[in-house]
Order: sequence, then C-alpha cells, then structure tokens
Amino acid sequence: MEQYRLHVNGTAHDVADAWLGESLLYVLRERLGLVGAKGACEEGECGSCSVLVDGKLVCSCLVLAASAVDQPVVTVEGLAEPGAPTDVQRAFVTAGAVQCGFCTPGLVMAAHALLERNPAPTDTEIREELSGNICRCTGYGRLIEAVEQVAVERRRA
Amino acid sequence: MSAATDTVVGRTLAGRIGDSPVRPDGLIKAQGTFAFSSDIPIDGARWGMTLRSPHPHARIVAIDVSPAWQIAGVAAVITAEDVPGSPTYGLIAADQPVFASDVVRYVGEPIAAVAADHPETCRRALAAIDVTYEVLEPLLDPEAAIDGSHPPIHPDGNVLRAQRIRHGDPTITGDVVVEGTYEIGMQDQAFLGLEAAVAIPDHDGAGVELHVATQWLHEDRKQIAACLGLEVERVRLVLGGVGGAFGAREDISLQVHTCLLAGRVGGPVRMAYSRAESFLGHVHRHPARIWMRHHATADGRIRTIEARFVLDGGAYASTSSAVLLNAITHTQGPYRCENAMVEGFAVRTNHLPCGAMRGFGVVQACFAHEGQMDRLAEACGLDPVEIRLRNAMRTGDVLITGQVVESVAPVARCITETAALPLPTDPIGGASEDGGPDVMRLPGGAGLTADVDHVRRGVGWGVAMKNLMYSEGFDDYSTARCVLADGVATLKFATCEVGQGFVTIAQQIARTVLGVDDVVLEPIDTAIGSAGSTSASRQTWMSGGAVDAACRAVRERLFEHVGAAAGIDPLRFVVDGDEVVDSLGDFRIAVADASAGQTFDETVEYHHRPTDELDDDGQGDCHTAFAFVAHRAVVDVDAELGLVKVVQVATAQDVGRALNPLSVLGQIEGGISQGVGLAVMEEIVQVDGRIRNASFTDYLLPTFLDMPVVTATLIEEPDPQAPLGAKGVGEPPCISVTPAVVAAIRDALAQFDGPGAPRRRIDRVPVRPADVLGSARGAPG
Repeated sequence: MEQYRLHVNGTAHDVADAWLGESLLYVLRERLGLVGAKGACEEGECGSCSVLVDGKLVCSCLVLAASAVDQPVVTVEGLAEPGAPTDVQRAFVTAGAVQCGFCTPGLVMAAHALLERNPAPTDTEIREELSGNICRCTGYGRLIEAVEQVAVERRRA
Repeated sequence: MSAATDTVVGRTLAGRIGDSPVRPDGLIKAQGTFAFSSDIPIDGARWGMTLRSPHPHARIVAIDVSPAWQIAGVAAVITAEDVPGSPTYGLIAADQPVFASDVVRYVGEPIAAVAADHPETCRRALAAIDVTYEVLEPLLDPEAAIDGSHPPIHPDGNVLRAQRIRHGDPTITGDVVVEGTYEIGMQDQAFLGLEAAVAIPDHDGAGVELHVATQWLHEDRKQIAACLGLEVERVRLVLGGVGGAFGAREDISLQVHTCLLAGRVGGPVRMAYSRAESFLGHVHRHPARIWMRHHATADGRIRTIEARFVLDGGAYASTSSAVLLNAITHTQGPYRCENAMVEGFAVRTNHLPCGAMRGFGVVQACFAHEGQMDRLAEACGLDPVEIRLRNAMRTGDVLITGQVVESVAPVARCITETAALPLPTDPIGGASEDGGPDVMRLPGGAGLTADVDHVRRGVGWGVAMKNLMYSEGFDDYSTARCVLADGVATLKFATCEVGQGFVTIAQQIARTVLGVDDVVLEPIDTAIGSAGSTSASRQTWMSGGAVDAACRAVRERLFEHVGAAAGIDPLRFVVDGDEVVDSLGDFRIAVADASAGQTFDETVEYHHRPTDELDDDGQGDCHTAFAFVAHRAVVDVDAELGLVKVVQVATAQDVGRALNPLSVLGQIEGGISQGVGLAVMEEIVQVDGRIRNASFTDYLLPTFLDMPVVTATLIEEPDPQAPLGAKGVGEPPCISVTPAVVAAIRDALAQFDGPGAPRRRIDRVPVRPADVLGSARGAPG
C-alpha cells in the first residue's frame, strides 16, 4: 500500500493506503468520489472514462493512478460548476444528444478536446475524432449536430 | 425536423405535447452529476462478486468455499445453500437457479458469490473457491433439442415452446414460389452502463432496499422476494440511474445476489459487473434459423406462406416463449396473406440464455420475410418497392392469426414517403479537399484498403410491422399518481427511465392537461403500483396513458372546485393555456390561482384492451396494437475485400403522433445504429459453448464512423386506440433496417457481377467479409 498525491480539477488530493494496481478511473471514482468518469469497457474502447491528463485526452481506465502524479488531471466535474454548463454541455442537452447519458461525460470531454484542436471540424473530422467514444443510444446524429452547433456559435462569438 | 412550438390561443407555452423540451435530467447527465446505479455513494459498502461456471455443461461434484474465507477482507461467501427462499427465478417460468448446485448449463452460470472490502479481494476470493466438475456433453445444436436426440439438459425438457400457426388453406400454391433459409446471429444489447446495484439490509434483517438499474421494478421485486423468502412488501426497489437497457435489464442478473450478500454481511453491498461479466450476466437476442417459402401470383401477390422458425433460447427459459410468439406471428410482415402454415420452436441448449432485446423476435422474422420479398420481386420481375406496395397491409386486414388489424396501418405511405426521400448525391467515398475520394468514407476507412474502382453502391429495402405492448392475455397495466397543489403538478410512477425520455414526456403531458409549467417528478420506486416494463415500445402508450388519466382525474377535481366557487357547471370548463376557462362564458382563472391552498391527488391505473392466447393452430387476437416502418439503405461494397460501408438510411415511420419530435428522432437514429450493427458487425461468437468475444475490443459496435446519415420522415396518423394518439417508437427503427442493409449489399454485388450474372445469396447476419467474398450464387436473376 502506497501514498501519493493527485492534482485533480485544481485541487490536490492525497491518496492513502491505495493498491498501486488501481487505475486512475478507479481512484477518481472510488477514492476521490468523482464519479463523472464512467467505466463501460475497461480497455480503452468506449471512451466513457475520458479525462484530461496534462492536457491530453486519455481513457482513465488505461492509466494507472499512481502514474498521473504531478500532472494536472481534469475530469468532467472540473469543466464547469453545477448548473453553469459549458457551451458543449448545453448544446448536448438542447440538441437531443443525451439519452441514457452514460457516454455523455466522456463525449463532453472528447468534444471539448476536439474543438480546442480544431475549431471548425468537418463532418468527417467530427466522426473520426470522436470515433473513440461509443454511444449505444443515439446513433450519433444529435451528437454531431451538437458539436457543429458549438463550432458555429464559437465562430460567431 | 425543428422543435415545434405549441401555440394556444395567442399564448406560446413551452414544453407541451408536440414540443421538444429538454430532458429534465439532461444537464446533470452532461455535467456528470447524475447518479447511475454504479455511482450511488454508500459509506462502508462492501463489494460483491460472482463465481461463474467455466463449462457449458457439467455436474458439480463438490464446492469448497473454505479457502475463500482464509483471505483477509472477505465478509461473506454464499452458494445455493444460502438461498432461503425459492432456489430458482425467471420471468415466465422459474427455471433458472440463483446459484447452480448440481448442474451448470452455460459458461458463466453463477455458482457462488463473495463480499469483501475491495474488488481485488473479491477476485482473489473467487479464485480460491474450489469447484470440482464432472464435464458433460453439451447440447449445442438446436435441432437436437427438437428431435430428442440429446437427453434433457433441464428437468423442464429441451423444448421451451413449440407453436404452430395454421390459417386459411395452406395447400394453395402459387404461380411463383420462392424459398430461402435465413440465419440471425446472437446480438448483445451492449448498453454502456454496466449492471450495478446497491443493497441495504433493514436493521432487523427482515427486509432489504435495493437500488438497481432495471426495466421493471415490480417484477424484479416479486422475483427477489420469492428467492429471499420475504413478503413482497419487505423488499423495496429504487431505480438507480440506468445507462441504457434495450431488453437486457428485463431479467434478474445481480439483484438476488446483491440482496443475499447484504443480508449475510448485515450491511450494504454493491455489485458492479465488468464488461466481460456483463456478456455472461444478461440475456441476448436469440440466434435463429428461419426457413420460408412464399407462394404468389404471377403479378407478385402473396397467396400462401410456409415457414419454420428455430430460436436458440440457450440454457434457461427467460422470455423465449414470448419471443417465439412474436417471431411466428410476424411471419407475413406488413403484407396481406390469407393462407399460412408456420411451425415454430424455441429450444433449450447449453448456449448463453437468450431473452429480450429491442425488436423481440420480430427482428429475426423481418430479416427472413424481407429476404423473401426481394426474392419474390426478382422472380416476378418487379422492383423491390413495387412488390411491397402490391402486398402492403391496411387497417382491417386479417392476420394469419385470424386477428383483425385495428391499428392505423399506413404501410403504403411509409414505403412511398421513404422512396421520396433523396438518395445521397456524393460520389462513392465522397470528395476530399483535393477532389479525390475521402478514404475515411470508403469501406474499410482508415485502413486505406479499398480501391474506389472496386467499390459499387447498392440500394436495398426493408419494411416491418411490430406489435406494441405485451401479448397473449397479459395485462401489463401502468399506474400513475398526480398531485396538483398551488399551481405545481407532482407526478409519481414506477416507470423505468432507461434513457428513452419518458420523464420528459410525462412532464409534457401534465403541462398540457393541467395548464401548469412546473411539473415535479418524484423518485421512481416501488412505493406506488407497477408501471409494467420499459419494453415492447409500451411506456409512452401505457405509462403515458396512466399519467394522462391521472392528470385528467385531477383536472376534474379542479373543475369541480372552481365550479362550486363560481357557481358554474364544471362540465363547461376547459384548460386553455395556463387558465381554467368557461367555454360558454367569460369566466377564466389561472390554474395557479384556482389551485392555491388546495391539494388534488389522484392515482389511476391504465389498462390496454384485453388480448387472447393462441389456440393450437395459432389463432387468436393475441396482440394489442401494431406500428409500421420502412427503411431504405444505401451501401458501398468493396467486393474484392468484402468490406461494407453503410452510407445512408432513409426511413418513414408510423408514430401515430409525435409527442416529442426530437425524442422520436433520437429513437429512430439510435435504433437504426443497432440494426446496422446487426447487419454488418455485431455478433456474440460461441465456439463449443464458450463465448469468444466478451469485450468491446472483440464485439464490434458501430462508432461515429460506421453510422450512416439518417433521413427520417414521421408519419403522423393518430391512433384512436392510443390514449394520446401516439404509438411506441422504440423498436420499429431497429427492425427492418437490417434486411435493408443486406439487400443493399446484394444489390451492390449484383452490379459488381454485371447484368445476367447469377445473384449472390447472403442470407445471414451479421454479414462478414468472408460472407461477401464467398457468397453462393443462385439462379440467374
């Protein structure tokens, strides 16, 4: 059992008496109480556990928590205050991109990362860059619509 | 489609029926604070985990759990001996053991469970349990279950249900006869939110509260209570946030185990399946083998259908008997047919148990009858659209069960409106910035494998009929309570919100009926009567009907109250916008003022019309209502590599009335993605009774790049039988899209082979690359 410190959403968290085999996803959810990242495949196929580590979008199920020390971690809870959603979160809701919602936090993280890198993605670019996130409910149509809406809004702003 | 705005007498009121208001749970889901059943914070809860059989069929000689107790942190180890009540459960027949004690019948069958302080401790404890097996010969061939050549693998026998349909004069033959044998692979629901639950035992140990993601709280409660040996009232269920369902949460999975562990530990226990365990822990779509022979006149009108269905139900009954009923009673599809002879079997094997999945037997039937319609078109020299229009069912037609179709049946309109939707205009592969094809849009995508010269584009059709609600005499009623106080409506129901958006619809109904803006939703739990299952495309009709009826009952009370105070006959009142208005005079009062200081509280059960069981010849009014849909698929196929890219799906769907057009579109697009998945990629592969692809790496699901563009038209002809005119919309989208995609693949291959070449037969889904390359060529077209 080891002790280490994670920096998540701007706050330092001491992780005590933890087994070193625990994934970042497990530690975020079970030790830090940040359940926004979801576990759905546990092998990096579905993107439901997406978070930013040192600014890079990663599947937190594939990252050992202890390997993320000294790097800023941002989860969906760190994007905005409750009730004060980001433009992406707002667009997901109004465009009908949320059904069961299990994939939603991961897709919100991925959509933010996409729009940071590429403010004006084409349809194919949206599909390619978000293809690491699986949604079983929506068939992706409203998700693409939501991302396109945000891209247009940001260009207008 | 745009979000319509409901305008009532000059005032614009948002969020009424016909609008597309945002989901009440949308924002918290997008912000990650919505609590799924895997997210419920319970201090001090122990983890539970299940030991499962590695063999498809074996006798359990001995189970030694004592090594598990040696591991520090283990709080409970339980087996069949620790089940105080019924040792078995099941939705229709209680034939499935809570824990296997004498025989295991599929790979993954539960044998024991442990509770411990950490998931890793659980894993070590499970590994320490010593089970001695005597391996038995597995029953893997469904035909061997039917012909009796394999000894019974369960005391209830190897045939779960055999049912015949005989209608009209099935000896009548046709000028044109076509036949085919169709196979459907085992599909997984693959919801993203894995099975998870938290059980909290009562302090005296004589009851339990379970927070669980499920489709039917009251049915779960009944089965759990029986296995725990408790009165039903001592078991309370609360809906944990549900991360998708699609049929996979209709049966018991971890519910009983979690409650038993909590009782044994004397404190809260949580269980959460891994993805690999989830593939073993819930039922799947039945693999099927279906033979059909259609007889038709020379001009393509169906006279007689002969068919034989074999559905592999796997090791336990689940809902196999109802799935079989659905399959065989949809043999004809949405087409007229006066004569039929159908034989159907759902059988027990040592494969994974099968049960409910979106489409429930009709997916399998539709793949076969649509393959037949294309064969018939070819044999008669007709276009695929024309053959379907000539046979299209109408309201008042008699089904092969003898039941008259009373539902609105706009089959021809679904077909013609789909045909009117534009085909894709982009060339194969679209166009990249340099003018050449975009490799991401070619079959095979980023693999850079497809050469555009080897790709052909095909178009295919599929049309479906789907029954709504439960059948065969089952009274699947729903209950709702409405309270109106000080201008605020509060709704209570046990309707499981699994992502489909019933919570939004319920608010829209209450706002519309009562003229209020604020609608509070109470927790979804067993503190009110049953709502039935969130399945069979039934909740908008059934729970929507219950909410509507409860709100109307409250409105009557409100009218009586206002009438007494104003001296006006309550029958003269209507709700107009947010006011109660005298329809024959000038009096009007805001609902908020009229209900100030008052509480109107009504609970209503909504029942659909009764249905009958089938007789021995499969005759009877077994279904409640029907919905219809048409799909046209466009695919690009690389015939040298066997790669397929689904480019576009156009659809017109009979929805009755769109209560929330944006939600309907979400159901259509989501259903199409699952039907496309079945067509070209999704299959649980079992070899010698062992699943080979229990992961999202190996079980392929459609991604953003696999999903075609969807063009949809809603056919709105309100159904007079439906309480709000609205039909269920969840299942039809995933049914006929699968045969449409496969027909489009056949069409593309025909172009590749050239005119006059023998037609290739692809009669199995999912279509794998090897199926495209090795497809047998039939008679010249």
